Amino acid sequence: MGIKKFALGLALSASLFAVGAAKATDLEVTHWWTSGGEAAAVAEFAKAVNASGDKWVDGAIAGSGSVARPIIISRILGGNPMAATQLNPGKDADDLIKAGLLEDITDVATAGDWAHILRPASQLASCTVDGKVYCVPVNLHSGQWMWTNRKVYEDAGLKPPQNWNEMVAAAPALQAKGIQPLSLSQGWPVGLLVNDVVVALAGVDNFVKVYKDRDLAIAGGPEFAKVYQALDTVRKFVPADKMVPQWNEAIGLVIQGKAGANIMGDWAGGEFQVAKMVAGKDYDCLPGLGVTPVLDTGGDVFYFPKNKDPAVTAAQKKMAATLVTKEVQVAFNLKKGSLPMRADVDLSAANDCMKKGLAILDHSKAVFPGTIQMIDRDSLNQIDDLNTAFMADPTMTAAAAQAKFVDIIKKAPK
Amino acid sequence: MMLIVLGVFVGGTAWTVLFSFTNIKIVPIFTPSEWINGFVGTANYDRLFHTDRWMECPALSHIGQADWQLQCRGALPNVVTYAVLSIILSISIGFLLAVFMDQKVRLEGMFRTIYLYPFALSFIVTGHVWAWILSPEYGLQGSIRQLGWTSFSFGWIADRQMVMYAIVIAGIWQGSGFVMALMLAGLRGIDDEIWKAAKIDGISTWRTYLQIVLPMMKPVMVTTFVIVSSGAVRIYDLVVAITDGGPGISSDVPTRYIYQNFSANLGQSLAASTCMLVAMAFILIPWIRMEFGKKG
Amino acid sequence: MSSTSITPIIPAGKKPKKLITTERVVVYSVLTLCALFFLFPLYIMVITSLKDIEAIRSGNIFVPTMHPTFTAWGKAWNSACTGLYCEGIKVGFWNSVRITGPSVIVSIAVASITGYSLANWPFKFSEVFFTILLVSSFIPYVVMLYPLVLITRWLGIFSTLPAVVLVHTIFGLPILTLLFRNYFSSLPQELFKAARVDGAGYWRIFFQVYAPMSVPIFTVAVILQITGIWNDFLFGVIYAGPTNYPMTVQLNNIVNSVQGGKEYNVDMAATILTGIVPLAIYFFSGKYFVRGIAAGAVKG
Repeated sequence: MGIKKFALGLALSASLFAVGAAKATDLEVTHWWTSGGEAAAVAEFAKAVNASGDKWVDGAIAGSGSVARPIIISRILGGNPMAATQLNPGKDADDLIKAGLLEDITDVATAGDWAHILRPASQLASCTVDGKVYCVPVNLHSGQWMWTNRKVYEDAGLKPPQNWNEMVAAAPALQAKGIQPLSLSQGWPVGLLVNDVVVALAGVDNFVKVYKDRDLAIAGGPEFAKVYQALDTVRKFVPADKMVPQWNEAIGLVIQGKAGANIMGDWAGGEFQVAKMVAGKDYDCLPGLGVTPVLDTGGDVFYFPKNKDPAVTAAQKKMAATLVTKEVQVAFNLKKGSLPMRADVDLSAANDCMKKGLAILDHSKAVFPGTIQMIDRDSLNQIDDLNTAFMADPTMTAAAAQAKFVDIIKKAPK
Repeated sequence: MMLIVLGVFVGGTAWTVLFSFTNIKIVPIFTPSEWINGFVGTANYDRLFHTDRWMECPALSHIGQADWQLQCRGALPNVVTYAVLSIILSISIGFLLAVFMDQKVRLEGMFRTIYLYPFALSFIVTGHVWAWILSPEYGLQGSIRQLGWTSFSFGWIADRQMVMYAIVIAGIWQGSGFVMALMLAGLRGIDDEIWKAAKIDGISTWRTYLQIVLPMMKPVMVTTFVIVSSGAVRIYDLVVAITDGGPGISSDVPTRYIYQNFSANLGQSLAASTCMLVAMAFILIPWIRMEFGKKG
Repeated sequence: MSSTSITPIIPAGKKPKKLITTERVVVYSVLTLCALFFLFPLYIMVITSLKDIEAIRSGNIFVPTMHPTFTAWGKAWNSACTGLYCEGIKVGFWNSVRITGPSVIVSIAVASITGYSLANWPFKFSEVFFTILLVSSFIPYVVMLYPLVLITRWLGIFSTLPAVVLVHTIFGLPILTLLFRNYFSSLPQELFKAARVDGAGYWRIFFQVYAPMSVPIFTVAVILQITGIWNDFLFGVIYAGPTNYPMTVQLNNIVNSVQGGKEYNVDMAATILTGIVPLAIYFFSGKYFVRGIAAGAVKG
């Protein structure tokens, strides 16, 4: 008996010692970055985490949102959470924070002086609930870009459009040649297009007033009527049988010269790069649809589910700090095609479109919050449903759609 | 085991129904106190039936006028259309295939595998192939027009009125092979004596199938019907892969609504599931009592 | 193929038949026409998987390429990237086997015994039980996710193989029980009574009388379960735990990438590769169908 006890004590102290000596902790990270460029960017994160002495265990699950979110939430609820997970910032995670399921990393943020180093401030703000920081923002993506194939317009004897209105004006000439003025794909790209048109035609201030402050007068007013009339024009450019299933197929139509323009986020730039086209020469990228050069500040963030093992908690915090270091930010964002969170890094390797984005980012006025930071996902889904239906249903008038939009904004929880 | 299963189904169903009356959003809640705190009455149902995506009957407001007709659109009417058509078609096609397969054909193994393979492949991708075939641009329509028949038209998938029928075609392709296997198993379970007797009486093969064998296969038919209809009611992958609900939201189905709300507004998801459950219970329970009650 | 030789010759009727009759022609042409309809999408998948990405972008989907290449197949199996790891879909193969094997066996065992009990040994609440099972088969799986997380957590098996086996058994039960119950109740009751008279009990009747007569329906159940479980993604990824991720997780990652160029040839190859196991089982389980006829002939 005595010897057994002694042996047990020895084993225990040995294991304690093992934990004390910096031992590599396995950090399982779930995310939905599975395409080529995305995976290359994740590899940069993994390299940095591994170099810091821990081990990145990749848990990629493709299909953002509706596929990955229930899986991530189930894992967290089941008591066997991953060490870190990608999740949309803002309202999505609030419920999980309220339920006490996510780790508070305020100490890391304070130690790293995130409040001063990371910009724009809105991104860190959406990670912050009741003064505590729960996630680490790793990059900025913007959705307000119009992509045009210059050759298509030049062949039709037109000057390549530099903004939305010129694109609409050039449309008849392209249609006469059997070319689609604008390409569009099913699903979320419709919502993205609508947001971009809102920002470009109704203006950033009105956009924020409606989505954030729920200003019903503006939502039902002439500014938004202009938006729905513009969408009415778009659905004549792209009738239901011309819509393609995937966003990259819609960009593909522009690359192949079968369509003149497409509205998509900065990630579309990668497709043009793959097709060996040069920005400013073969194609144009126009932030804010060329009307008002502004960008929203959506981006990717990582949350850290609460873990029972103190070694994992320590490693989680180390990881959070690692992801925003200068080298990691540069290496990651160049591969991802997104903008880094910090201004004090060297991005001479960036392409023209990225540089345009960076320039806008330096004027903090031209930067505004993304929709998910202002309104809950449930309402956003309803707005998407409405706009998707409107785009494919010629019997729904612009005025009717606007009225329904006002109704959703009215009912959205504050 | 039975107790666990009962516990899961009864518990899960009870949770679904009870918490559809709460403001449950993204994180699930389970305890009675959370239920009381989150109770919102029928708000979820209220919203569900005011959602165009779920069900919209525009002509109902015209009752009494000349242009009145009972024509609804939305996820709920869509699934009814799909279920009715795919049940009828896949059961009849499956039965016919089984009868043909039962004629002591050579290469039976090959034919059976061909009819069954669609069932084996993940629909995430085979659905994409169907989207190609049905696509007016790249698919049948485009290719046949290229061949010279320029007036050929097959654009169901882009047509709000016809899109559900396009999905039915793919559904039959996927499902009737399995129906065939079930029916074949049923046919093989039929006593050879029956055939001998029918032969002796000089009844033709086809009449034997329709008048003698078919009624004897009732249990298999019932099984098939339940399997096919439970698949049809829960149709999801098919729609997501082929149209993702489009054009617009004209091929949306309830499960897609449930899935999408599952990660944004669980309350809506649970309310929609409860509606499906109640509808199924109304159809199933009287039928089960009739069908199986007397046997017990 | 060998069915003609095994089936005992039926003595009466207008035998022997001619080799080619109009009836035969009709049978074979209908079967062949249907087979063509069923094969059409597979044809597109195969020719697409053999094209390179440029040929897919520019070519007609119905026309095979002049320069077929197997690179997409190699990539799908060995090197397609899913997140950080570029090891193709082969990584999950053995996990899929380890999930599917026990799940199919356990779920069919439990369901066949349940169906047998319901058909032949009705108990007090058997009708209620059956009703609940049937109605449950119409529940969209996704709503049960969170309650099952709680249950498996409470059982202490969340994120393990037993959890995913349990979940598949539970969800397989309604349909499978129905399948077996109805098949067993279509078998002649005299058999059951005779066995009872001979003094056989619950288990002996099941194993020695019913099971051997039920090969066709067991085959159907195996087809149903293997397909369902092998292609399952959601339950595997949630309940099995990250070390047991099935093949479909990789397939989903390859096929459902939101951003970046879509490699349809790799998608198609990966799908066919993932489907090969159920397909092979369908093909080879064919002979058990034939044995099923033999079993049916014995009972007559």
